[in-house]
Amino acid sequence: MNVERLRDRVLPVLVFVVIAVLWQMAATFSGWSPSVFPGPLATAKGMWELIANGTLFMHSVASLFRVTIGFYLAVLVGVPLGMILGRWKSGQHMFNALIQFLRPISPLAWIPLALLWFGIGDKPAIFLIFLSSFFPLLVSTITAVNHINSLYFQVAANFNFSRIETVFRIMLPAVLPQLLPALRISLGIAWLVVVAAEMIAVKSGLGYLILDSRNALRMDFVMDAMIAIGLIGICLDRVIVQLNRIKSVSWGSV
Amino acid sequence: MGFIAIKRLRKEFLERRSTRRKFNGPGVEQGQPLLVLDEIDLECKDGELVCVLGPSGCGKSTLLRIMAGFDSKTSGSVTIDGREVNGPSSENIFVFQHNGLLPWLTVAENVGLGLRHWKDEKARDERVQEYIDIVNLSGFEQHYPHQLSGGMQRRAELARALVVSPEVMFMDEPFAGLDYLTRLKMQEEIINMHEYFRKTVVFITHDIDEAMTMGDRVVVMSERPARVKLDVELTAPHPRDFLSDPELSELRKSVYHELGVHHAL
Repeated sequence: MNVERLRDRVLPVLVFVVIAVLWQMAATFSGWSPSVFPGPLATAKGMWELIANGTLFMHSVASLFRVTIGFYLAVLVGVPLGMILGRWKSGQHMFNALIQFLRPISPLAWIPLALLWFGIGDKPAIFLIFLSSFFPLLVSTITAVNHINSLYFQVAANFNFSRIETVFRIMLPAVLPQLLPALRISLGIAWLVVVAAEMIAVKSGLGYLILDSRNALRMDFVMDAMIAIGLIGICLDRVIVQLNRIKSVSWGSV
Repeated sequence: MGFIAIKRLRKEFLERRSTRRKFNGPGVEQGQPLLVLDEIDLECKDGELVCVLGPSGCGKSTLLRIMAGFDSKTSGSVTIDGREVNGPSSENIFVFQHNGLLPWLTVAENVGLGLRHWKDEKARDERVQEYIDIVNLSGFEQHYPHQLSGGMQRRAELARALVVSPEVMFMDEPFAGLDYLTRLKMQEEIINMHEYFRKTVVFITHDIDEAMTMGDRVVVMSERPARVKLDVELTAPHPRDFLSDPELSELRKSVYHELGVHHAL
C-alpha cells in the first residue's frame, strides 16, 4: 500500500478517533451525569446491548424498508413524469408553478394530513418519504431532459427510432449522468425524513427507537440510534456512488 | 439509386418578437419573414459527390437539413428518387458537424445503431466489424466516443452511416474542428470510400480547396438569401492538382472570385 492510499484510508478513521476522545473528555469533565450526557464508552456499552438483543437490527430493517418503498415509489413516479414534462413544453409551463409551489412545503408539514388519510402504520411514513424525494427527482429530471443535446433526437429520427426506443435508448441514457446526483441527494433527504416520520404513528424504526429511548431516559440508546442512522446513511450513499462507475454512465463526467 | 431533385425551393424563417422594435438592426423587421433560401434549383445525380460552398450564414446548412427532412420548407419541392422528402429516414443518413455519436454507446454499438432490428446477431456483428475495419478503427470497438480523437469520431460516424447502405449521405462540414493533416487524410478517405461505394454524397464545406479536391460537382451559393451562383461539374480524375491543371486552376480562381476573394491566394 502506497503512502497516498494509506493517508486516504487512515486519516478519516483518525478523525473519528480524535472526536471520540474529545467526546469522552467532554463527558467526563462536564459534570453532567452519564444519563444526561453519556460518553463514548457508555454509548458503546448500550450499543452492545442493542445489538445483542436484536433491537437495533429490527429497527434498522424497519426504517430501511420504509425508505426503500417510499424512495422507489418516488423514482417510479417522479422520473417518468419528469421525462414527459421535459419533452412536453406546454405541460411544463402549465405545471411549473404548481411544482414550485408544492416543493418548498416541508414533508413534515404533511404529517397531520398523512395521519388522517393513511391512519396508523407504515403508510403515512412511506407517504412522507415519497413526498420528500418526489419533488427533487421530478425537478432534476425535467432539467436534465431540457438539457439533452437536440442532436441526439435528430440521430434517433435519422435511424427511424420509435417513440419507445427514443425514450429508453436516447432520453434515459442521456439524463442518467445528471440523474445520479439527484438520486443521491433525494435518497439522503428520504433517510433524513424517515426518522421524523417514525416519531409518529409507528412502533418501529430508528426514529421510534430515539423517541422511545428518550421516554425511558436512555440517552446512550438515543446516541446509538443516531450512530446507526449515520452509518446506514454512509452505506446508502456509497451504493448510489457505485452506479457512477458503470461505463455507459461515466461519459457524463468527462 | 440516389437522385435528388430540388425545384424552386424557398425557406423563410419567422423572426420572433423577442426584443423591442427599436433594437432591430436595419432591414430586419421583427415579425417579418427572413428569406434564407430563394428559389433554389439543384439536381444531384445518382452516385455524385456534390460539394456545396458558400459564405458563412448563407443557408447551406438549412438547405442540407431540408434535404434530409430535419427542417420544413416554405415552398418548392425536394425529391429523392422521385419521392418527396417529408421527414428523416434511414435511407438518407446525416453526418453531423460534431458530437453526432451517442456518448453512452461504444463505437461498435454506435455503428450498429442502424442494424438494431437485425435478428441474426452474428451477421450483424460481422457487418459492424466489417465497416469498423473499413474506416480503420479496428481495436477501438469497445471504446466510448469521448476516448477517441476528433478524426476517429468522424470515421466512426462515417461507418455508422455507411453500414446501413443509405441512398444518400448528407455531410454538414464534417471536418470542422479537425487539424489540417487529419483533414487531408479524411478527404482522402472520403474520396476512396466514394469511389468504392458510389453513394450520392452532398457535402457542405466552406473550404474551397476541399471542394475542388473532392467534388464531382461544385455548387457555389450566394449571400443570404441564398441562390445557386455557380454549378460546375469537375471531370478531372483523382488525385487532382488544381494548381498545374489550367482548367481547374481557372475554375478555382473564379470560385474564389464568386465568394468575394479577388486575389486568389
